[in-house]
Order: sequence, then structure tokens, then C-alpha cells
Amino acid sequence: MTTDIGFWVLQTLNALQLSMLLFLLSVGLTVIFGLMHFVNLAHGSLYAFGAYIAATLAGTLGYWGGFLLAPLAVAALGAVLYFTLIRSQRRAGPMAQVLITFGLIFVAVDATRLVWGDLPIGIAVPELFEGQLALLGVEYPIYRLFIIALGLAVLGVLTLILTRTQIGAMIRAGVDNDQMAACLGINVERMFFLVFVVGCALAGLAGAVAAPVLSVTPDMGLQILIPTLIVIVIGGLGSLKGAVAGSLIFGFVQTFGAVILPTLSPVLIYALLAAVLVTRPQGLLPAKG
Amino acid sequence: MRTTIRAALAGLVTSTCMLSAAYAEDIKGGLLLPYSGVYAALGQDIDDAFALGLETFGADSGATFEIVREDDEVKPPVGLAKTKKLILQDEVDVMVGVVSSGVLGAIRDTVDGAGVPLIVANAGNDEATGEACSPYITRISFSNSQINRPMGQWLVDQGVKKVFTIAPDYAAGRQMIDAFTTAFTAAGGEVVDQEWPAFQKTQDFGPYLANAKASGADAVYVFFAGGEAISFVKQYDSFGLKAEMPLYGSGFLTSQLYVEAEGPAAEGVITALHYVPTLDNPENAAFVEAFKAKTGRIPSEYAVQGYDSARALVEAVKAGATDRETLAAALPKVAVTGPRGELRIDPATNNIVQPIHVYETVAGPEGLTQKVLATLPAEADPVNGCAMPAATN
Repeated sequence: MTTDIGFWVLQTLNALQLSMLLFLLSVGLTVIFGLMHFVNLAHGSLYAFGAYIAATLAGTLGYWGGFLLAPLAVAALGAVLYFTLIRSQRRAGPMAQVLITFGLIFVAVDATRLVWGDLPIGIAVPELFEGQLALLGVEYPIYRLFIIALGLAVLGVLTLILTRTQIGAMIRAGVDNDQMAACLGINVERMFFLVFVVGCALAGLAGAVAAPVLSVTPDMGLQILIPTLIVIVIGGLGSLKGAVAGSLIFGFVQTFGAVILPTLSPVLIYALLAAVLVTRPQGLLPAKG
Repeated sequence: MRTTIRAALAGLVTSTCMLSAAYAEDIKGGLLLPYSGVYAALGQDIDDAFALGLETFGADSGATFEIVREDDEVKPPVGLAKTKKLILQDEVDVMVGVVSSGVLGAIRDTVDGAGVPLIVANAGNDEATGEACSPYITRISFSNSQINRPMGQWLVDQGVKKVFTIAPDYAAGRQMIDAFTTAFTAAGGEVVDQEWPAFQKTQDFGPYLANAKASGADAVYVFFAGGEAISFVKQYDSFGLKAEMPLYGSGFLTSQLYVEAEGPAAEGVITALHYVPTLDNPENAAFVEAFKAKTGRIPSEYAVQGYDSARALVEAVKAGATDRETLAAALPKVAVTGPRGELRIDPATNNIVQPIHVYETVAGPEGLTQKVLATLPAEADPVNGCAMPAATN
């Protein structure tokens, strides 16, 4: 523990960076759930797939090639999943959905092993963002600042789309009451597909962004799944604001827990999850309806 | 992997050994390794090098070796079931392998009870050659504390007085770091603070690195392996810590297997391990060349463990061992000079006694390589509660 301001600035930036990475993952998952009432546990696997694509392409196209193409590749995979599994299971109830997508996780883990092998892969931070930047009296890795900025940018764009555009209004109507939205002439099926694919692309983007910071391993999708689920349960299923709030809470509790209460830190977030479930089972900022 | 294969080399060995057929023996060995799961790459390294070891040394033993391979999937219950299959159904004379300490813990009583000698080719849990030691279990790899203990005195000798330690919160992490800190404080060093991030749940070490930075320590000493090692080394560098606080640790951190993925971030990191492929001795030169020719890869510490396991088995057979009982008696008496240097087995614990090499990761003409800074003398582990009973059955 220290009274040095720089230390707390550093930890706050760490917390923000973790929050933004989780936000990229959870926002897709939560909107898919809010709109389609579909529990996609394989969301983490899409993130891992994005990381592997980015790591593979980094060798030939450089980091930015992977950064741009990984979300597209994951979106394409999402489209395939949508037409083969997701659409037919939409009305099958949560148990069937959970079982199918849980099974998909293991298929994905072994598929990545077959293609990319067991050894973890690492890629370098893009040259543009190498090194540290002096900020508020601390030296912070530029790449991590980029993650924070990217998360905020995605948040801004999504907020604009959801609140200021027609498609955003349609999505909000669909989240509130999809049958009524369909009666009003909205093509709910097509909207579902669009939201699902965009959610997948964001997971792929998160994977590509995480690849230079974390090592790319076959089980990275499984490791990120629990934090992502905690984020959307705390925040409230189906809401953008909930995903933001949940990500920030997770990032700050995780980071400052490790600093202030190191022995308790692994339990803190679960204790908070339990407290939220007992007092506000619908989450802190649930979607309306 | 479930198929029983008679090693192709067995035929070769048989044909070349016809002359000494008078005392030719058929030794049946069971290789229990993870061929799937998170440690599959480690299992493959051990398997390849074990086969190479039998090819290299098997011929002069006059015996033929038949190897049955089983996949423990890094799961203790699976490892136990496969062990029972190897012992009861295949009736192997000797077992070799075990990467995970969890699997070793699960099969220990079965192996000990059945009186089947087991050559441990990786699992480093201190207890396996401490409280839970067995006359049938001989460890040819390393123990967690053995690798880290010599670094305590060495770091103090280098002028490092205050360290900050970070390691994952599980048995191996604790044993590695505790062995180091005990030796380090005994030598006059001070441990400023310690962090134990949750094992396999922590990918972002940013918060711990900020703590280390604020701690005022001279250096950071860590243990991480696999994917966590890659993440840690890269993040340590990205925070610009390497310049102000040198990074030291257990040598798995910058293992040959992972160093390419770590990239330039690993340069300058100084760690200790029982083997690096750049050790300068004729045995190692021959081993590296043969392993490269066979697999196209540079051997890792896991590979040398597989190679030396085969060597130990051959030496035991050469000493006249022919079955479970005589192999169990002969294995702890094996002493050889191999790629790692002089090896012997401590009769008090059946753990290997070997020199520990301090190395720095440096950039070489063909990517990152290891520069050996010091070779610390071999020292037997304390008995750690091991009361070695005589082998009876």
C-alpha cells in the first residue's frame, strides 16, 4: 500500500483497461441475450477464435491486418453458427441452448488444438503503440491506453446507434417486446441475425485486441467466459448500460481487490455477484420489459 | 495413442544384439504421458526424447524394450485408470512418465502397492520425494524447490538485497517461491512483499506489476509456466519495468518451448533451470543434434528429462536388472553424465541430484537463445519427511 498518487493512477488505468476488454466481450453477449433470449456460452470461444486469427495473420499481414480481419472472420463464423445451430434452437428453451453452446466450447477448444497446436502463441504489440506514455505522472503502456480508447469508441458508436438511429430504435423495441415489434412490421428475424453477427464480430475484435497483451491459448475462451457472464449478470441481462456498469465494476473490484485485499481478491467478485443476485436478481441496470 | 506399439527400434535393437542373445532380456515399459490436454506438447517432447534415448543407449544393454503408451489426459482419475491397465493388463516391468504432479499424487499408492518401479520424467512436487516418497518411485526430472533454492544465495552474491515475488497460487507456485525465499533470507536478503495471483484465472498481471513497481524492491523473482509465463514476461516488459527492476525467476519462465512467443520481451531475463539447450558439453551437443535430426525442434528441459529417463532405464538393465523387483533396486543407483551434467540419485529420497544452471535469455543469430551465466553445484534436497522403506514384495 502506498500514498503515492501515481500508483493509484496506474491501478485505475489497469482497472479501466480490464473493464474495456470485458465490455467488448459482454456487450455482444448481453444484447444477443436481451434481444433473442438466447444464452450463447460459446461467446468466449469466438473471442479465442478472434485471437488465433489475429495471431496467425500478424505473421503475414502485420498486426493491423489481423485487427481488421479477425472480427470479419469471427462474424462469418457467427453467421454459419446462426444458420446451423442458433436459429433452430431459438425457441428450444434455455436448457437446450446452454447444452448446445456448452458443447460447442469443447469442440472449439479441440479444434483450435488441432489447427494451431497446444503451445501458447504470442504476438508483438504493433509498432505504433510500443513503449510507454507519460500520463498524469505515470508511465503507462501505450497499447493498454489504446485498448481503453477503443473500448470507449465502441461504447460511443453503439450508444449512438442504439439511441439515435432507426435500427437502434428497432433493436430497443425488439428487446422490450419482440412479438409486438414484429406486429409493427419490423423484420425481427433479420434483426436477430444482424445483432448476433455484430456481437460475434465484437468478440472477435476483443480477441484480436487481447492477443498482444495475453498469450493466445486454446483454453482462453473458457477462461474469459466466467468473467463475462459475471459482468452481464451484475449489470443486468440485455442492457448496454448494464454491460458498461458490470464491466467497470468487475474491472475495478478485480484490480483494487488484488491491491487492497490480496488474500480476499479471488472471492470478492463472486461475493459481489451473490450480493447482486440476492438483492437485485435482475441486475443493476436491466433492460426494460 | 491407445494402441500398443512395439517401438520400431526394438526390432533394430534385437537384430543388432543377436550376438549377445545369451542374456538378452525383454523389458516391457509403460509410458504414461499427456498426449492430449494442456500439457500435450510437453508429453510429446518427453516421448520423442525417450524414444531417442532408447535408440541411442538401448543397443549396448543387450535387452529389447517394448513400450506401451497411455494418455493420462492430465486428469488424475484417468492417469490412475491407465496406471492400473499398464500394471495389471499389460504387466509392464517399469513405468515412465507423469507430467502433472496431480496425476503423480493419484497414482502414487497404486504404483507403490504393486511394487512397480516408476521413473518420474517431469512432475516436480516436493512431496513425491519427501513425505510421499517410495522405494519404487525414482525421479529423474527435478523437484520444485531444487531449481529455486540455489538462486537465493546467487542473487545475494549478485548484489540483489530486496526482492518482490510473484507466483500463481497453487502447490508448485508456493514450493518454488518458498524454496527461493528461504534461501534468499538465509543469505541475508529481504523479501519486500509477495503476490499470489489466482492460478489459471489471472491473465492480466497489470495490478501486480504496479504493486511490484511501488514496492521499492531491487528485483522481482517469479515462477510462471506455459501461457501465464508468456503473458507475464510480455506484460512485465510493456510496463517498462525491465530497465528499473531486473526480472529473475525459475527457468520455466523463459523455457525454450515458450521463449519464441515471448519475443524481445524475454531478453535480459535471468532464470535458473536444470537444463538449457545451450549447455556446453559433448553429451549435450550430441543430444541436441540427434533430437533436432529426429524432430526438427530444439530440445526443451522436458525433452532432456525423457532422454535421461530412457538412459536411466538402460543403465539399470545394464546393471543386471530384469524385472520389477530388480529394476526398482537398480534405478536409484544409476549415476550418469548426460546433457545436464553429472546426475545421480539421492538414496535417501530417490530424487535426482543435479547441477542448476543460471541463464540469461539473449538474442542470437537464430532468434532468442540462452546464455549460461553460472552453473551452481548439485545439492541433494532435504529429506522433507521421507523415511525410505526397503522395497518389499
